[in-house]
Amino acid sequence: MTPSRVRRLLTASMVAGLTLAGAGTALAQTASPEALANTCAGCHGTDGASLGPSTPTIASLSVEYFVMSMKDYKTGKRPATVMDRIAKGYSDEQIEAMAKYFQQKPFVRVNQPVDAGKVKDGKALAKKYCESCHEEEGKIGEGVGVLAGQKLPYMQYSVVDFLGGKREMEKRQKQKFEALVNEKGKDAFDSILHYYASVK
Amino acid sequence: MTTFNRRTFIQLTGAGTAAGIIGAPMVARAAGPKVVVIGGGPGGATAAKYLRRLDPSIEVTLIEPNKEYFTCFMSNEVLAGDRTMDGIKVTYDGLKKHGITVVHDLVTGVDAAGKKVTTKGGQTFAYDRCIMAPGIDFNFEALPGFSAEAAEKMPHAWKAGPQTVLLRKQLEAMPDGGVFVMVAPPNPFRCPPGPYERASLVAHYFKQHKPKSKIIILDPKDSFSKQKLFEQAWAKMYGHGTPNSMIEWVPGAKGGKPNKIDVAGMAVETDFDTIKGAVVNVIPPQKAGKIAFDAGITEGNWVPVNKGTFESLKAAGIHVLGDASDAATMPKSGYSANSQAKVCAGAVAALLKGKEPPTPAYVNTCYSIAGKDHCFSVAGVYTYDKDKNAIAEVAGAGGLSKLDASDEDRKREVSYAHSWYRNVVADSWG
Repeated sequence: MTPSRVRRLLTASMVAGLTLAGAGTALAQTASPEALANTCAGCHGTDGASLGPSTPTIASLSVEYFVMSMKDYKTGKRPATVMDRIAKGYSDEQIEAMAKYFQQKPFVRVNQPVDAGKVKDGKALAKKYCESCHEEEGKIGEGVGVLAGQKLPYMQYSVVDFLGGKREMEKRQKQKFEALVNEKGKDAFDSILHYYASVK
Repeated sequence: MTTFNRRTFIQLTGAGTAAGIIGAPMVARAAGPKVVVIGGGPGGATAAKYLRRLDPSIEVTLIEPNKEYFTCFMSNEVLAGDRTMDGIKVTYDGLKKHGITVVHDLVTGVDAAGKKVTTKGGQTFAYDRCIMAPGIDFNFEALPGFSAEAAEKMPHAWKAGPQTVLLRKQLEAMPDGGVFVMVAPPNPFRCPPGPYERASLVAHYFKQHKPKSKIIILDPKDSFSKQKLFEQAWAKMYGHGTPNSMIEWVPGAKGGKPNKIDVAGMAVETDFDTIKGAVVNVIPPQKAGKIAFDAGITEGNWVPVNKGTFESLKAAGIHVLGDASDAATMPKSGYSANSQAKVCAGAVAALLKGKEPPTPAYVNTCYSIAGKDHCFSVAGVYTYDKDKNAIAEVAGAGGLSKLDASDEDRKREVSYAHSWYRNVVADSWG
């Protein structure tokens, strides 16, 4: 190849670069699942693994639970500080795409300050009242939240909202919550949450 | 359209090259494309990190003068005494673990035609694409009497670091009953709710330690970000609306516009008055960081960019994001910079391969802590409007925390703000 041909090619490549860079570039229609999910990281951590103290980890959530949460935020069915405003920015298809992306990501369990006494009490209580839905020490969440290693303040807020009637409970959950309140009192919830927060 | 990207060019030249220069294309192919990132704030750091995530073959060099970076976000908590400087300090060790070459030097020149960057230390870096995230600089000329030297006496503290320490020391040294005067900047500027969060957190500090003190905000504007939420917080905690209000906000229409700063007299001159302060915090008008002007890519005070790729409209191959760009729909915030950086990284990675840039998605969420257990936020979800080259807010989404939110929700937002801080720092520099 002659130097002049190299120059011509270089020029062609530069012109192509300029054209590509211009405002008129045809962009694809829909943002990729990864591009959508990347917008969550500022609050929920890279790939949905939150360092806390309170914003929940959204990695590894089941698609069903992620989609339900976002739709309930959108409609206002689930109480929120900020997620109601953010969820409204995404279509059902985009929510589903993000759900599938985050489900594949690992739930990174970081150390949280917990009360050892509560952890011990909570472990026994969790086995009796929670394990049937929150299986494998709360690591599995088929249609429910992952509790193992979830951020403690976030879980406490959730229980306050459930018990205060602000957040709707599923039928079976309601029965368990009522049984726990009646048989062990409201403080039992905190022990259970300390236990789940401690699970590695 | 037939496009010649870098790789096909190398292949073409490599295939047809005579024996004399056969070595060069081989080396180039093995080395991977080069991206130079200028500036190690949240925008530059995130862009560097996400480029490597997207394509580990890209050689990323990040050039930033400081070895330690202090985040502007949460620096108002430092002024209130609720956080230490270590609590807003980040290092570049995390980026190095991603294989990014971090160079501590100041970029003094960008040669868009020659595709190279030069530094104060005499180094030269060639690039295939350059990402510039220089943040803001101060437009001192727009505020008579004020200067970089004056800021040593009347700190701006609008770039966190020694200025934050200086202002905190002045607030600590101020006697009870003193007046803290803040000069707020005109739009657009870094962190729109920031001055008002600062006034709130200084009031939070005064309330505990110097309850007879006052805060006067001199503002060239007639309204500000999250105004109703701030005024509600001030009424709840700092006597707003009573004769004993700790915070007095003077809007432009009522003589709040600063005409001149009297450094020797520790005073601010307005149309009607000369206001003296025991501590004076002057936040000057702002513009894009210096290197953007040196590179000749600004228009007015900011850098016009393609909002889908953040590529400069004036110089191909240079992308500008964060506070310095004219992406005005999104506030000039740390979250915006972090979000824009990922869009930019996606575009750069694609363009380096000769592919179409991907469809962008952007978010901003910005918390303001106004006092004990009291925080609120603004959020926005954005898409790219290609026809208008605009970042468009998704209608019906985003907006402010509710005015009638419960005390419990205001308190939760403090904890979410602190979580946001840890996560956005880790996502950007970790």
